[in-house]
Order: sequence, then structure tokens, then C-alpha cells
Amino acid sequence: MTSGDTRDMFGASGYGDTSGFGQIAVRQPDVASTAKPYGGWFDEATDALESAYAGFGDAIERVVVHRGELTLFVKRESLLDVCRTLRDEPRLRFEHFSGVSGVDYPNDPTGRRLHAVYHLLSMTYRRRLRLEVCVTTEDPHVPSVTGIYPTANWHERETWDFFGIVFDGHPGLTRIEMPDDWPGHPQRKDYPLGGVPVEYKGAQVPPPDERRSYA
Amino acid sequence: MSDTTYTSTYSATDPYGSTTADESGRVFTVGGGDWDDVVGSVDPIDAERIVVNMGPQHPSTHGVLRLVLELEGETVARSRLVIGYLHTGIEKNMEFRNWTQAVTFITRCDYLSPLFNEATYCLGVERLLGVEEQIPERVNVIRVLVMELQRISSHLVWIATSGLEIGAITMMLFGLRERERILEILEMITGLRMNHAYIRPGGVAQDLPPGAVDRIREFLPYMRGKVDEYETLLTANPIWIKRNKDVGVLDTRGCLQLGVTGPLLRASGFAWDLRKEMPYCGYDSYDFDVVTSPAGDCFARYLVRINEMRQSLRIIEQALDKLRPGPVMIEDKKIAWPAQLALGGDGLGNSLDHIRHIMGESMEALIHHFKLVTEGFRVPPGQAYVPVESPRGELGAHVVSDGGTRPYRVHLRDPSFVNLQAVPVLIEGGMIADVITSVASVDPVMGGVDR
Repeated sequence: MTSGDTRDMFGASGYGDTSGFGQIAVRQPDVASTAKPYGGWFDEATDALESAYAGFGDAIERVVVHRGELTLFVKRESLLDVCRTLRDEPRLRFEHFSGVSGVDYPNDPTGRRLHAVYHLLSMTYRRRLRLEVCVTTEDPHVPSVTGIYPTANWHERETWDFFGIVFDGHPGLTRIEMPDDWPGHPQRKDYPLGGVPVEYKGAQVPPPDERRSYA
Repeated sequence: MSDTTYTSTYSATDPYGSTTADESGRVFTVGGGDWDDVVGSVDPIDAERIVVNMGPQHPSTHGVLRLVLELEGETVARSRLVIGYLHTGIEKNMEFRNWTQAVTFITRCDYLSPLFNEATYCLGVERLLGVEEQIPERVNVIRVLVMELQRISSHLVWIATSGLEIGAITMMLFGLRERERILEILEMITGLRMNHAYIRPGGVAQDLPPGAVDRIREFLPYMRGKVDEYETLLTANPIWIKRNKDVGVLDTRGCLQLGVTGPLLRASGFAWDLRKEMPYCGYDSYDFDVVTSPAGDCFARYLVRINEMRQSLRIIEQALDKLRPGPVMIEDKKIAWPAQLALGGDGLGNSLDHIRHIMGESMEALIHHFKLVTEGFRVPPGQAYVPVESPRGELGAHVVSDGGTRPYRVHLRDPSFVNLQAVPVLIEGGMIADVITSVASVDPVMGGVDR
């Protein structure tokens, strides 16, 4: 909720903190990219992927190691090849697909605001890995991984339902949580939460998305 | 009653519609009248397949699951699952509350194991904060203690409802009777029977109340005897065996392809348990066994769950021995909830000592309390995924922060959601009566599926 110029219920604009409690405007930047060596098993795994998959340099946009978790940003054209290599390569063996989760970043500097986040688990080596694919709202197409991990079926339907990411090649990409005729994709950041004001002891409490936000 | 011939034009406009040629059939709109007229108008030779909607209000679908079954006689030819009837937008709502308040939302997802929802979310937040090492030892022990109590209660609901659905009504009464004991203990510890919001980022809401340890210690031998009693009732029961053995078989290969985890995976012979394989909350320091059973059918799942209750009792016993006095919240005052709660005449609230301190003694403490309660703490940007082994399998919250005081996005990977995908594999080709057993053996909780 980067509230920006919106005014909240008390009329303050932006982040209204003057106490210094939240270290006012100092915002730590997101970890953009990590340089080698990554540490732990991350080097071993990325090297194994690089040697097993020839298009590694083109496919992987950036590698992020943060809080002991490894994230590979993958170009959508290469997603299926990367997944197949991760699953089949004996040094990697990411057999278990935990799920797809969408995240919407309206302020993404590259304009590709919709991110599909895949969580993979190697039961052989007890390792977890995250893949992230970024697309724009104008061209929200990502290849479906259901051919490699059949369990992705419902996860991709859910991500289509909530974020509008189209998974090409999915056997039946329909809404799963919302009704079939629902307009819009509710988990996007520009989709309102909705709600009604509540009266409490004579005062009106506004709905949650209109209450004061501390950014 | 009207009778129309239905020909689909849907596939022409719908890019994801079926492309198979045969899409016409008779649709019966039944609005009053005599059921015999409807049945009589169907030529039994001509219309061999009928489509039956089971649910979403069917009592044996464990909530609001809808199964669309294509039947040939009593055999299920095809099936399709429809979910979404309990979607409440919990994930979206969490984006409009601060990190601590969000616990009260995520706890309502899987309502039979709320403490596990809280645990995976809080572990994720703690990882993003970089405070995993600072969580006091007592917190980890209490978390394990309440989670294992809840695992037993969740398995009890499973065995109670599954028993009821195939006619073992005694099991329903037994299961819910013992679950009530656990809910009373959890109420004593957390203040609530369900939806506890007890595990918070940085620790737990309050320390164990006096008498809780003794109460759990009394409960352990009682429960151990009860688990034996269930086994006496069911394991050699010919009806139970006939309804469960060789029904709904799913082998390890199928489980892995469909992402199935938890008791279903272990009942196919694969000893995968996150508590053992990727420990969290100090599970590596407990002595317990991962229960498996090789057959992969409903009976194997029953055996796994029964024995998991015994293992949970073992873990609880060890957790009680591990309990040492100490803080139940992280020391960092910029994260820790400022107030110690206490039970007053009007219920649970801020302790009077704390109120005296902030209202009468320290202006800074008042400001601190006010800022932390209204605004909350900031979590550095990033994302984390720390799954836990819930009673149903791998439960993980994908927690994303943009550096603000509210979760930027939380996605719950709920095991019921994933495991339900396997239901068509379990039931297609089987009898309609076995649908009940198979769905029950998955143990879906629709609150977690739909969130």
C-alpha cells in the first residue's frame, strides 16, 4: 500500500509519522541482485543448473539470495526448460512443486508488475528454491508448468483468478475461487478491498482500505 | 418440469472450453412435481451416464466442497471438483492490517489447525525480520506444545467425521469427546477454543497460565488410553476394513506428481515429514518417529493418523520436560508487543501493571505502546517461505514485504487445496459409496482450501 498522495481519514498525506518511531523516510531498498559466491548450497545448485542447461545465461535474469533463500528470476520463454532441468537433473532433483503464488508490484521499474512465484522443493537434497517470472498486464502470458508438475493445475487457476496471469497450455484455465462471471482480478493492488463503514459507540469507523495507512 | 435438448455453443466463444464433439445431452429442470415422472422419462438404456452434483451442501463433503460426478450406474466414470464456496478474501484482507493484526486473519483459514497457520506465517515474518535466532527457547517449546496438541485434535475431528460418514457413529462421539478436552486445554492457554491468534511474530501472546502444565500431564495418559480404545474399536472391525481397505489408492509416484503431502504421502510408504526433514521450532531436538504405512489406501491413512496421535503425545511429553522459565516474547522492544496480558474481571486485557506504567510512570512507554499498537513495526523488504508440517501436510505462507508496516502479500499454500486435486484419481472407476470414504481420507478443510 504505497499510498502516495492519497489522503487518509485524518487528512494527512503520505506517511504521517513525525515521531521518528519508524525511522521516518529511511526505506531499505529491496535486494536487487546478488553476486557470486552465494554461499551454502546455492553455488553448487546454480552451477549444476548452468552446466545442465545451456541457455542458463539468457534464461536467468538475476539471482537473489536473501534471508537464506534463493530466488531465480527466469524469463518466461525459458521457464519450462528451467523447470524440466531442475526436476530431472540428478544434481538438482526438485521433484516437489509446492505452488504458484502471484504478487502484484504496480511500481515495478521494468513495468512488468505481475510476478508469478514458484516454490520448488528437492526432497532428495532437502533444499528449497524460488522461481519468479515477471510479466506486464498488457501481455500477461506465462507458459503453464502443468506438463512438468501436474500439481500446478489448481495453483495456476488460482493465480489466473486472482491476478489475471494467463498460463498458456493449461488444460482448463478457469476461475477457481471467484464465481465464473466475476469481473476483474481481486488480488491486484488496484482492485479495491471493499467494505462498509461501521458505527461504534456513535462514531463511524471507515472500512479497512480507507483507514490510516502507515505505508 | 421442463425438458429441453441442450446443445453447447460455449466452446465457440470460450478459448478454454472443451473441444470434444459430444456436448449435447438432456437437461432436466426439476421444479416440484413427482420425482417418479423425472426418473420415468429417462430411458435407462439410452442414457447410461448421468451427472450428479454432490454438494456443496452435502453433509459428507466436509464443508462446502462440490463434486460433479458422472455416473454409470453406481460407478464413478468421471469427476470434477468445484471449490470456492468458502472464499473469504483472507489474503487480501491481511494486506490492510499490520503484521501483528494479520495473525487474527490467517488463523481463520484452516479452522481445524489454526495454530499451524499462525506458525508458518510468524516464522516467515521472523525470517524477514532476521530475528530467527533471537526467538527465546521457551517460545519454541510452547509453540511445539500447542501445535502437537492441535494435531491430535485435528486428527480426532478427522477420525470422528470419517467414522460418522461410514456409519461408525460411536467414533463421532468418542472423537469429539476427546477433542473437547484438548479445546479446553487450548482455551486455558490461549483464551480461545479456536482461531487462537496465539502465536505472534516474535513469540506467543502470553505465557502458559498456572496449572496448564499439570492439566496437560493429566491429559496424556488419558489420551493414550483413548487412542488404544479407538484401535480396539476400528482396526480389526470387519465393516471398517471392508469400507477402507483397497479404497482410494494413491501410490508415492502419484502423490509426488500431484504434490500431495502429509498423511496421504506417508500412507503411501514415503517417510516425508517436514518436522524431521527440514526442522523448525527446534523439532530436531525431539525424539519421535515418522509414521508410515505402505498400502496407500484409506485404511493406511487411518493407521498413519492414529499412530501420529501417539507420536504427538510423545512430543508433548518431551516438550513439557523441556519447559524452562523464561520470556515468551522476543527481547527487541521494537517488535515485541508492548503489553503483558492479564485476566481481569471483564476478560483478557492489558495487565494493570502495564497500564500503570504507561499511564502514570513513563511518557516514553506510552508513546512506544501507542505507536507499536496503532502503527506496528516495519519489516524489511523481501520474501520468505517457511512451511510447517500441518496435520494435512505442507502448509506454507509465502510472505512478501515492501518494507512497510503491513504485509504486502501473503499467500497460503494450504495442503487441503493441493490434496483435493488428487480426489478424481482416488474415486474415478470406483463405486459412489467409496467417494465418501476417499474424500474423507483426504481430510480437506474448506476454510483452508478457499481462504
